[in-house]
Amino acid sequence: MNTLLQPFVSLGNWLWGVLAAVIVWIVGHEDAPAVLYAIKVLLLILCIVVPLLLSVAYLTLWERKLIGWIQVRIGPNRVGPLGLLQPIADGLKLLVKEIIVPTGANKFLFVLAPVMAIMPAMAAWAVVPFGPELVLADIDAGLLYIMAITSMSVYGVIIAGWASNSKYAFIGALRSAAQMVSYELAMGFALVCVLMAAQSLNLGDVVRMQSGGWGFLNWFWIPLFPILLVYLISGVAETNRSPFDVAEGESEIVAGFHVEYSGMAFAVFFLAEYANMILISTLTSVMFLGGWLSPVPAVLADAVGLPWLAAPNFGWLVVKLFVVVSSFLWFRATFPRYRYDQIMRLGWKVFLPLTIGWIVVLGAWMQTPLWVWWK
Amino acid sequence: MTFSEFVFWFFSAILLFAALRVITARNPVHAALWLVLAFCTSAAIWMLLQAEFLAIVLVLVYVGAVMVLFLFVVMMLDINMAQLRVGFWSYLPLGAFVALLLVAEMVIVLAGRYAGFYDALSPPPLAAGYSNTKELGRLVYTEYVYPFEIAAVILLVAIVAAIALTLRRRKQSKYIDPARQINVRREDRVRIVSMPSERKEQGHPE
Repeated sequence: MNTLLQPFVSLGNWLWGVLAAVIVWIVGHEDAPAVLYAIKVLLLILCIVVPLLLSVAYLTLWERKLIGWIQVRIGPNRVGPLGLLQPIADGLKLLVKEIIVPTGANKFLFVLAPVMAIMPAMAAWAVVPFGPELVLADIDAGLLYIMAITSMSVYGVIIAGWASNSKYAFIGALRSAAQMVSYELAMGFALVCVLMAAQSLNLGDVVRMQSGGWGFLNWFWIPLFPILLVYLISGVAETNRSPFDVAEGESEIVAGFHVEYSGMAFAVFFLAEYANMILISTLTSVMFLGGWLSPVPAVLADAVGLPWLAAPNFGWLVVKLFVVVSSFLWFRATFPRYRYDQIMRLGWKVFLPLTIGWIVVLGAWMQTPLWVWWK
Repeated sequence: MTFSEFVFWFFSAILLFAALRVITARNPVHAALWLVLAFCTSAAIWMLLQAEFLAIVLVLVYVGAVMVLFLFVVMMLDINMAQLRVGFWSYLPLGAFVALLLVAEMVIVLAGRYAGFYDALSPPPLAAGYSNTKELGRLVYTEYVYPFEIAAVILLVAIVAAIALTLRRRKQSKYIDPARQINVRREDRVRIVSMPSERKEQGHPE
């Protein structure tokens, strides 16, 4: 594998050397390191955002395919082989459509809303670890940063609903505001449990704490199983996905907060929703399912003579993330939409007491020798 | 001007402008959104002072929760701005006096401490393993545990009081009990009546 990548690595190193020489020539030796650092960070951001947007595009296709199969249909198969060019065609269509601003709408806020929706979905990736050393910003307050950034994602929906000057959009915005604030609490307490088990706010350390010779038995999904469920369901509610998608609620309020949006402005909301889904799935994989760690116990991998099976790899994260994100789609194909008061009851009366109770249980458990997840 | 100074002036300018717009914006929703911007920029300035925990919590609590509920309420209220502005000139002297008093108090408190303004702007760099969050947690749960617990109890009392003041039970309100809903049996809802089948009339009466 490494010999395969070697030419690319050499080419990259050579290009970087040329770039460094050019920068030194332009700004001089004094400022060159700072400028080069800024360029490096920007390139790394591109390395995260471009694959993310591509996977968002293909997640839409995978959703239509998977739900198609669940409902014994074929799904999109017309554009390109197996319908593989469908997302490109959809993107092009949305790109060339007119963005209609409703009469009496606040134009600035109307345009700002999609930006506010997609910003947190992108910014949160800064602290997500993809591999042992593969993280853009290895900060100690990673979990806190994630909570703060994802809590801002509600603004896109609220501003969109208000600025549209439409009652359906407004009702969608109000529902979404109440729903997101409710589920954020349960999510926050779920993260407190992860923080307690991992003894760190750094997401890389959270994964390292789950490493060990027993493979998937070392991960936090065992001691934090109720919290995993709470986090996943709250994640579905936070991303406004079915069965918690009352903010859109086609059957009652047309399309909720983005009813007045068309063309690319609508597409940005769509992108934000899918990027958020991928983000929540990645966080679930990192915090409960061992991130980049292998599920195969080292003993078993050695026994079958394939030691690479137990080695940590970025691919494992992709597999886990894919399984979790597919479960989002499975939920959508399976469950009918919740009634609004049921959503509120689940958030406030079930999840919140459950998570607070589990914090106490976890605290007591960790004081006993029965806690075997110490490193 | 170093880079961190530039960042400081940049965010301070935005912060002051946003704060000014909070009180001058005519539309209350716009004012609330300007306040959100003010919170975000002050979080950035706190981050510059290496207080990352406070900065993130400011965004998490105020921007992510408090202001959302603020907007929620402000958007639903039908506020008549003209009516609110009626007493503006008569209240102005009192308001100006309070504002001056606040400024004077802030100057007295801060002047001595931040005489060396630029020193405060760039605090000495902290050790590599230093975690703001951990340090704060340690202090709150050891040295300041009683004040912390008392503050928590006061907040709890405030929550209970707020709920007690606003929760009104109407007698005729209808609510759903999910336990009863799922325990319902067919026999409670449907009565199956057995009736003898009727024969069709042989001749047509018309």
